[in-house]
Order: sequence, then C-alpha cells, then structure tokens
Amino acid sequence: MTPQFEIQLIAVIVAVGCALPGVFLVLRKMSMMSDSITHTILLGIVLAFFITHDLSSPLLIVGAAIMGVVTVWLTETLTRTNLLAEDAAIGIVFPLLFSIAIILITRYAGSVHLDTDSVLLGELAFAPFNRMIVFNTDIGAKAIYTAGTILIINLVAIFLFFKELKLVTFDPVLAAVLGFSPTMVHYGLMTLVSLTAVSAFEAVGSVLVVAFMIGPPVTAYLLTDDLKSMLIISVLIGTINGILGYQLAAIFDVSIAGSMATMTGILFISVFILAPHRGLLSIFRRRKMQKTKFGKMTLLFHLLNNESSFIQEQVSQICIVQNHLNWSDHFIKDIINRLQGENCIEVDGVFIKLTDKGRKTTIQEYNELFS
Amino acid sequence: MDLKTKLEYVIEVADLTVAYDVKPVLWDVDLKIPKGKLMAVVGPNGAGKSTLIKAILNLLIPISGNIKFIQNRADTKSNIKNRVAYVPQSGNVDWDFPSTVLDVVLMGRFGLLGWIKRPGKADVDIALQTLKKVGMEDYSSRQISQLSGGQQQRVFLARALVQQADIYFMDEPFKGVDTKTEKAIVLLLKDLKDQGKTVVVVHHDLQTVTEYFDWVTLINLRVVASGPVDEVFHQENLRQTYRSTGMLLKGMAV
Repeated sequence: MTPQFEIQLIAVIVAVGCALPGVFLVLRKMSMMSDSITHTILLGIVLAFFITHDLSSPLLIVGAAIMGVVTVWLTETLTRTNLLAEDAAIGIVFPLLFSIAIILITRYAGSVHLDTDSVLLGELAFAPFNRMIVFNTDIGAKAIYTAGTILIINLVAIFLFFKELKLVTFDPVLAAVLGFSPTMVHYGLMTLVSLTAVSAFEAVGSVLVVAFMIGPPVTAYLLTDDLKSMLIISVLIGTINGILGYQLAAIFDVSIAGSMATMTGILFISVFILAPHRGLLSIFRRRKMQKTKFGKMTLLFHLLNNESSFIQEQVSQICIVQNHLNWSDHFIKDIINRLQGENCIEVDGVFIKLTDKGRKTTIQEYNELFS
Repeated sequence: MDLKTKLEYVIEVADLTVAYDVKPVLWDVDLKIPKGKLMAVVGPNGAGKSTLIKAILNLLIPISGNIKFIQNRADTKSNIKNRVAYVPQSGNVDWDFPSTVLDVVLMGRFGLLGWIKRPGKADVDIALQTLKKVGMEDYSSRQISQLSGGQQQRVFLARALVQQADIYFMDEPFKGVDTKTEKAIVLLLKDLKDQGKTVVVVHHDLQTVTEYFDWVTLINLRVVASGPVDEVFHQENLRQTYRSTGMLLKGMAV
C-alpha cells in the first residue's frame, strides 16, 4: 500500500464511520452538538492522560467517550431549565470544557505530543507514519485499524438498533410508552458519536469530523425520503468527499483535511442546486411550469364563463380579458401563444374565442378540479 | 346502583398531584377508569387533561400519587406497556422525517416485538389491514410529509390500533380534522369499545360529548365529576368545571 492510497483509505473509513451516526444527529436536529462533542472530548483525553501518562492507552478513548456524554448531559440539563435555549447552552458548555483542556495541555503537558493545532485540523498526511506492527510485521497504518474498529462498531450498532433509533428519533413519546427508553437510546447514540469523534479526530482533526458527520447526511436528505436510503447515500457521499478531497489537495498541494471539508461543502451546494426534486433548480422549474399551467387554465375558464354570459357572444377582447385577469403583456401573450399552439383558442385580431376542442378541454379540467 | 357495582375497572388513580415548576396542574386526583367504556376527559385549557394522561402513562413524574393498572381475567397481555396504546397530538412530531405511512404505522408493533427484533410479514399485514380500516390503504407508501392534518391523525390512530392494546389513550384526536374524518374516527372508537377495549379521549367539543361518549370525566385541576354521561354531564358540573356562569350546552335549559 502506498502512503497515498493509505491516506485515502483512512479518509474513507473515517468518513463512512462519521456519516452513519451523523444521519441520526441531523434528523434529531443535533448537528451542532457534534461540533461541541468533537472539541470537548479533548478534555476527556487530557484527563485520562493525567491518570495513565500513556498517549496510546485505550483509557484515553474511554475518557473521551465519557466526556462526550457529559457534554451532552450538561447541555441538555442547562436547556431543561428553560432559562436558556439549546444553542446557547452549547455556546456555554463547549468553550468551557474545550478551553479547560487547552489550559491543561499548555500548562502541564507542554512536553508531550498533545498538540492543539493537530487537534483542530488533524494531519492526515502523517497518518501513514504511525504503523500497526503485529509480530514484527507491518500490517498498515494504525489509523486504518482504529477508525476501522469504530466503523464496525457503528455498523453493528445501527444495524441492530435501527428500529429503536428510528422510533426514538421520530417519536420519543411513543418510544417511552412502548418501553424503549428514549434516554437510553439517546445516550447510546451520543456514546457512539463520542467514540467516533475520538477515533477520527486523531487522524483528521475535529473540524473535518464535523464536516464528515453533518455534510453527507444533510446532502443525502435532499436526495431521498427513506431512512435506509439516507444512510446508504450518506455513506457514498462521505466516500466521494474523502477521495475527491484528497485529489483536490494533491493537485493544489494544500491541506488534505481542508480540501475534504471544502469538498463536502461543494458537493452539498451542487446537490442543493441540482437535486431532482428538492434542488433549487427543479423547484424553480416546477414553479414556472405550475404558473404556466394555472395561467392556461385561468384563461380558459375565463373564456368559458364569458361565453355563458350573453353580453359577449363567444368572443372576448384580449385587452378586456387582460384587464380582468390583471396580467402583464408578456404573460398573456405567452399564455395565448401556448393555447393557440394547442388548438384550444382562436385569435382574430383583438378578439379571442374558444375552439370546440378548447371548450371540451376546459369543461373536462373544470370537472376534474371541482368534482 | 346495581350496574355500578358490576363495573370492572382497568386503572385506578389515587391522590395524584402533578406540578410544573411551582404551579400544580393536577391536584389530588382520584379517578377510576372503567373497563370497556368510551370515556371523554373534558375541561378548560390548562385544566390538566393531557397531563393526566401523561401521568397515567408514566411519561412524567408526579409529586405524589399512585397509578394502579388492574389485571382483568380477559386481558390478553400481561405487560403494562403492551396493554396501553397512546395517540399523542399529531403536531408533536417532525412530519418531514424520512418515512412512509406504512413505516410509521409499523412503529406501533415495536412494543410487541421488543428490542432488536424487526417487524416481519405478519406485522406488515396487520399494518396494511389497519390502514384499510382507517381509510388510508392507498397511502401506505406515501411520504408522511405529504399528508394533510386529518390524514396524519388517521395514521396515528392506525399506529395505535396495530398495538392491539386493551386501553387506548388519545389526546385530542379530533383536533384539526374535518367533520368527515371526525365521524370516521368516532366509528372506530365505538368499534374498539364493542371489542371490550377501554378508550380514554381528551376532548374539547362539549356539544358532541353526549353523542360520542358513554362516560365522562370533568377536570379542572381536580376531578369535578366522573361517571356515566347521562348522570354527570350536566349544566351544574360544567359550570364548576369551567367556572363560568354562562350556558355551556346548547339546547339544555336550566
């Protein structure tokens, strides 16, 4: 395995591992909590390090996971007082715990490799230097195995508890009535998020963890209406972001994590504009089509109504119709042209009238609409 | 009186007091819910109607009081959580959640399945049959985001029906639905009653109480009265409940 390939592999594993719990974070409207957790777990790592004095101890992961859950608990406890909103509670808890971690590192652990820069941005380029050695054999970069383990844990947990996660996310009250403790599922998910964050941020930094957790699910949400598809599409989008982001970094010789986060944003914006049903373009097109359709129907109905009144004899003057409907010159011309093209109306100088076909269509549409 | 002694009860609430912050919402409530009745819970806004149901369902922690579920011989389910179904107000969930109507109805089966186990074909069949019962069979694969208020209510009702519970609690099932849907829901409720189920409904429209229900509980912080509609649902009790001197029921001269 070349280092380039290893870096991309690590990125993809981390991206997929983050996207899975990320889907539920997005649906639970807790996106910003991931930002908070990815930073505060640093305090867990630092505190665990003070106990073990060993940077490779698994206790560091335990400490981080506990701190992630503590973060959620503190934030929600503050929110529950109703004295401040959840976003404000995040704004208090996150900086407080994170800055304590920074102070502890700079004051007591300056000599240890717990570098604040690498915490925020990570350094994927160095990940392949840290090898996994088993029985004197090099079996690849260590990050592949740490991130891989978490990915498998996430996959298994979401596969087993898919039903429970869905229920608690959609309707926590029903979940409680049916005997599925929403609190338990909630904190279970938060533990997963914390574990994922700690395993990922060593390799990719906390900013990219947030991008990986939130970007793909939000993008996928624009493309599907089905929870399972949303999970699958999120995974695919995460993979694409990882690979294309790396290519981008290689071409422009810039930060890998930065390129991947940028790629996440670019892909989101592209889908936001181009998505088949919910994209800006198709919404715009649909509105325009509807406007034309309603315009056509309105004019036809108007002509039919005028026919039945005996003042006008089957003909209407265009300028009077335009006045009644309060349409612009451009719009009424467009609608008349279209209806003429469909053989529904006849234009004779300044007069228009319904053709036989037009009358039939109008009556038919009227009946469809009002019956 | 003879009838009353024969009444079987499914739930007994004793000395229940609930408070949010410092203000009591329910004050020393004693209530017996009779088996096989269609019971309306009626009272003004903020009287504690929804709170009473939530307290019975153990969804909030009361300051004091006891909720006793009474096991009857005819009951099929031993587990309390499987004996009770709840239809919350449909406004309380995110209807943009990526799910179909069938998915949501199937959620009602989760309690019977327990942890981890997935719903199978039998569950899907029951869900589809129930959707037919509530007149939503054509919508089973529809996105829930596309439903109207009345359709949402029907879906929630179907979700409760597939639980095949003994006791149904419904929080304003007629809220935001048109007359047609309201009548359809009432028929379903009467159907449940005929099957020997107990149905407790938080209800707002005083004019329809006599027509829809056979049992009524009037509450305003405390229970003003509870019993058969024809015995307790009269002007005097309503005045106490609503603390009003006006006429609350049309066509009921005092």
